[in-house]
Amino acid sequence: MGAIITLSLLAILILYLGLYKAEKALLPVTLIGLALALIFELRLWGENPEPLFHGMVLFDRFSVVFSIACIVLSGLIVSLSKEFFHSLKAHVAEYYALVIFSLIGAIAITSYHNFAMLFVGIEIMSVAVYILSGIRKVDTYSNEAALKYFIMGAFSTGFLLFGIALMYGATGSFDLSILRDYVTDNTSSISPLFYAGISLLLIGLCFKVGAAPFHFWTPDVYDGAPTMITTYMSTVVKVASFAAFFRLFDFVLTPLDAYWTPVLLTIVVITLFVGNITAVMQNSFKRMLAYSSVSHAGYMLFAILAIGPLASNGLLVYSIAYSLASIIGFGALYIVKRDVGSELFESFNGLGRKNPLFAGLLTVAMLSLAGIPFTAGFIGKFMMFSAAMSQYHILLLILAAFNAVIGVFYYLRVVVHMYFKNAEDEFVLQISPMHMTIFVIAFIGTLVLGVYPDVLTSLM
Amino acid sequence: MDSMLGQIQGIPLNHYLIFCAIIFSIGVVGVLVRRNVIVLMMSVELMLNSVNLLLVAFSAHHGDPSGQVFVFFIMALAAAEVAVGLAIIVMVYRNTKSIDIDALSKLRW
Repeated sequence: MGAIITLSLLAILILYLGLYKAEKALLPVTLIGLALALIFELRLWGENPEPLFHGMVLFDRFSVVFSIACIVLSGLIVSLSKEFFHSLKAHVAEYYALVIFSLIGAIAITSYHNFAMLFVGIEIMSVAVYILSGIRKVDTYSNEAALKYFIMGAFSTGFLLFGIALMYGATGSFDLSILRDYVTDNTSSISPLFYAGISLLLIGLCFKVGAAPFHFWTPDVYDGAPTMITTYMSTVVKVASFAAFFRLFDFVLTPLDAYWTPVLLTIVVITLFVGNITAVMQNSFKRMLAYSSVSHAGYMLFAILAIGPLASNGLLVYSIAYSLASIIGFGALYIVKRDVGSELFESFNGLGRKNPLFAGLLTVAMLSLAGIPFTAGFIGKFMMFSAAMSQYHILLLILAAFNAVIGVFYYLRVVVHMYFKNAEDEFVLQISPMHMTIFVIAFIGTLVLGVYPDVLTSLM
Repeated sequence: MDSMLGQIQGIPLNHYLIFCAIIFSIGVVGVLVRRNVIVLMMSVELMLNSVNLLLVAFSAHHGDPSGQVFVFFIMALAAAEVAVGLAIIVMVYRNTKSIDIDALSKLRW
């Protein structure tokens, strides 16, 4: 709870700093506040988890680990976005404040213990991001992304709420422990309302995480929103939504897996194929990353199919691996877009010769997304696949392996452009020390996780 | 107050359920079919309000106040969402001079 309060105060403080035009102080103050929130989360580490505030929140190991991941990723993204935020000239402080507000929502949904908290958290997280995705007010792409995200977000919230209402009708409570008791006590005589509630909640949550067939907003929004905001959406927002998704199914719905497993299996297979096959057909690097994030949502759903301690570890490793690689990928895209002016694969031509270090980092990130050994992405995929294996989803594994091969093809396309295509000019990208530091941190994280995955898996 | 509760409980729960499901479906179809952004927002509101009605009905039938408290959460957050949504629509209108969703088709693969 300390982290949520600290971050709320931090966001208000940031708004005041903006009022008094202290623009230089924005990033340092934000980072100090995030560090403070991190300390509060770390202090919850050894404590015995008890539901707090009338069962509204529960800070167990799972929630602490995912909250820390969200805070650290936000810190990296805010540092990476500094240049972008300050290039917008007006209302710089508001952008920092909105990112922090959204982070509060993310922490709330990783640690909810009551549907009220889940709903409030999702709304806090999404409403801030609706604004952020439209921050370039005169850019019609940014406008369109904001409007589509808003309409689809509100639409999916409707499904989520209807599901919650039906579950409330069946059990008479919003508290996850009471719901779990209801499910375990009457496994054979569960009200049809409850089953309908599960289906609607599943639809609402699949919208939020961008799983097919509810993914259609993802590519447009990720493509239209400013690159740095897309980074935030595809990492922190996605990780937190998956944590919420996993928490609900892990806590309450495990005994009913015979009902939802076939539905989820279908969703996973459709997501994998839609994400990967459409990603192959893209000419824009950003749009390719957007579709690849759909396919990664498919891999992350494996964790829910094979729910248990192994799966929660897998989800953690996979989401961290994916987030770190995405930070490098989108950060690189931001620099290329700024200096070359295009998001197409062709704008990466010849970078291997002109900016060797930068190209090397981007290559490692792409290999990690593709799941090549010695990178974090491989360990994440390996853990997900072995979790699915333990539930005997053999056909799913074959399809997933096939999709991983398709993935290698389109991720390596940008590498081919960097190393084997010659650029027309000798223009060298200017990469600021700040960007380079973040890339190197993400790079080290990717490699360390790829070689010693135990640093993360021993946490839960 | 007690008489009101009695009146609410006098109607079978199934009637509320069917009624709310119909309103919710109208909202869903509205979002999928209509092209005017303001109408889309109204359809979303219809979805949320059908949920509110359902929660209140369940709350009265269970004799449990937490459902009604949840309704306040939904109202407050729906208002916040609409405020942001209208701002986005105004921003879009300034750039495109239209609130038709079909005018926004720049992002296509």
